Amino acid sequence: MFSFLYNNKIRFILFQVIAVLLVTYVAYYAVNNLNYNIERLGIRSGFGFLDIKAGFDIAEHFIAYTSESTNLGAFYVGLTNTIVVSIIGIIFASVLGLIIGVARLSNNYLISKLAETYVEIFRNIPILLQILFWYNLMLISLPLPRNSYDFFNGIFLNLRGIYLPKPIAETGFSWVIIAFLLGVFICFFVKWFFNKKHDETGVKHRTWGYYLASLLGLPLSVYLLLGSPIHFDYPALQGFNFTGGLSFSPEFLAIVAALSIYSATYISEAIRAGIESVDKGQKEAALAMGLTQRQTLKFVLLPQALRVAIPPIINQYLNLTKNSSLAAAIGYADLVGVFSGTVLNQVGQAIEIILMTMAVYLTLSLVISLGLNVVNYRMRIVGANE
Amino acid sequence: MSIFNLKQPRSAPSTHTGVLGWLMNHLFSSKTNTALSLFSLYLLYLIVPPLLDWMIFSADFSEKTNTECTRNAACWFYINEKMSLFMYGLYPSEEYWRPNLLIAITLTFVLAVRLLKHQIYRHKVTLSLFVIYPFVAFFLLYGSDFLGIKIVETNYWGGLMLTVVVAAVGIVASFPIGIFLALGRQSKMKTIRWLSIAYIELIRGIPLITILFMASVMLPLFFTEGIDFDKLLRALIGITLFQTAYIAEVIRGGLQAVPRGQYEAADAAGLSFTQKMFFIILPQALKISIPNIVGSFIALFKDTTLVLIVGIFDMLAIAELATTDADWLGRKTEGIVFVAMVIWVLLYLMSRYSKTLEKRFNTEH
Repeated sequence: MFSFLYNNKIRFILFQVIAVLLVTYVAYYAVNNLNYNIERLGIRSGFGFLDIKAGFDIAEHFIAYTSESTNLGAFYVGLTNTIVVSIIGIIFASVLGLIIGVARLSNNYLISKLAETYVEIFRNIPILLQILFWYNLMLISLPLPRNSYDFFNGIFLNLRGIYLPKPIAETGFSWVIIAFLLGVFICFFVKWFFNKKHDETGVKHRTWGYYLASLLGLPLSVYLLLGSPIHFDYPALQGFNFTGGLSFSPEFLAIVAALSIYSATYISEAIRAGIESVDKGQKEAALAMGLTQRQTLKFVLLPQALRVAIPPIINQYLNLTKNSSLAAAIGYADLVGVFSGTVLNQVGQAIEIILMTMAVYLTLSLVISLGLNVVNYRMRIVGANE
Repeated sequence: MSIFNLKQPRSAPSTHTGVLGWLMNHLFSSKTNTALSLFSLYLLYLIVPPLLDWMIFSADFSEKTNTECTRNAACWFYINEKMSLFMYGLYPSEEYWRPNLLIAITLTFVLAVRLLKHQIYRHKVTLSLFVIYPFVAFFLLYGSDFLGIKIVETNYWGGLMLTVVVAAVGIVASFPIGIFLALGRQSKMKTIRWLSIAYIELIRGIPLITILFMASVMLPLFFTEGIDFDKLLRALIGITLFQTAYIAEVIRGGLQAVPRGQYEAADAAGLSFTQKMFFIILPQALKISIPNIVGSFIALFKDTTLVLIVGIFDMLAIAELATTDADWLGRKTEGIVFVAMVIWVLLYLMSRYSKTLEKRFNTEH
């Protein structure tokens, strides 16, 4: 009677129907309760709150914002702060990770042990702890603005953060940008032209001189011809604090320091694994074929090492971006701190706010993994069938 | 006939043997190497002496009040004074025997399993302990009126004890769900596969902190009126939801590493899907993924520090809390450094353990 249950096709359908019903029921139950609870507790719903005046100040913002701005403005400030912290963290982490990774493979005993110690220490301490540690260290060890450390007569470091000279564009600077874009265009043309020539004649030309001239020389000469249309706004001590210039808060410094120091350990391991994955025979074979050291590195070793190293490194970039959300713990105004923190406390619409925050991070990670897929595709080993 | 007298070989030049030889070989073999060595020595000189000075040489170990203690270096008596806070949080001191007893029971269990030689007994005992243990742990830590053990509400839990509880519950609870999700991701049934993929990728795309926020703020709204969760339970649910996705990926790796022949042989032997999975595939897949599971546990252990953001007093939160004591103002660094050292030692041991496991399970040649 129940023999139809043993039919694979029917089973498949049955299981899938059960799964869908189960998920639908859970969703229905949750949404139903949600609606009921929202009404019971008198929580507003909808995205109307985004147009309401935020009414609070944010100490650090890279886009225009005042306490008169809307909650949506606060959202954008949080988003840009998250992106800025992530990008700067990624740059520092990559540089540090590269240095440590190479150092770890050095023949020099001291250097490689130092790098290994670094990795073992900082990889095994939770990132949040490191953020709190650096922040605390900065608060207790940095001087008051009056006695700030002065680097190169224009960069000041004190308890309130770091102050840098801020470049301000004057009229005519747009021409420099146009020149730079033109330079980029010329680069592509040069590459295309010499590739074609290489295909036709087999002669390889050195091209970096053209690149340098079009990317740096062209904008620079336009810049000088127009009479340096840029000036620097130097920070200056006024009363108890510095004004002017470009400033970053201690919270920002702590989060960037912690993120880059922590992620650099993983990046260095990826780089080490990449370099170690290339068989010794590859190098020997390349040299035996008569390639120079430089060519061996450029055409044989690096492409193979990078294929192994780059996917985990991009994964670390993704992790770094997600970890930047911990900035909220020391009061840095990132997306989680501003939006899921202050705005949530003021408006109380947890559902919308947390869903929006999640959507942002999901988008960021989708973008990064899309980039990863593109990289993987371009670096794949091209087989015989292609 | 002349006999050759073998000449004794000369001993290697002193620049190639002994300490000097080692130094020449490893540190000063070329100009760049020398420069690098000197640079790293300078780096060490910059970092190590001040650090040691702060931690040991100028530090105060004796029993003193905050004001008597040195300002320029660590005051370790503070840690001594707050030790029970760091270990148990606000857990009532007359009940400390309960977590202590739990540790003793855990160690006995582990030892008992180790000592059992017979494989079959060993599996049965392990499995039954695995089932009993959570209940024992719960009743010991939380208490029960029925058993006459005083109830200690979870908002009194804290410190290292809480860190371990959160990590342990996270890994144990996420394990079975993770297995199902991993199987779901491999399933031939499209809807089930897509549901699993959607869940896993969704969770892996967002930071733990937003999931914890969701669990602590939104979760109660999803249930009928009257069902109220304790703050710790909410965080545990959040952490389990999070960890499940990662465990599922680890186990998927194991499932994919099992050779195809195993699946085919199981099918050919006429085993049902359940039999095939539970008796043939999963035991092998889990064995392969054990090192990665330990790795995932290490990551979870690091992530447990995040619960401080939703107001739960794990060890790191205690380091922040303890400095609010008016008698010990300005000793936050000591607290953070102490917590860092404890967590570091635990994580280091775990990562060593995972390395040995990797070696033990690596049967390739």
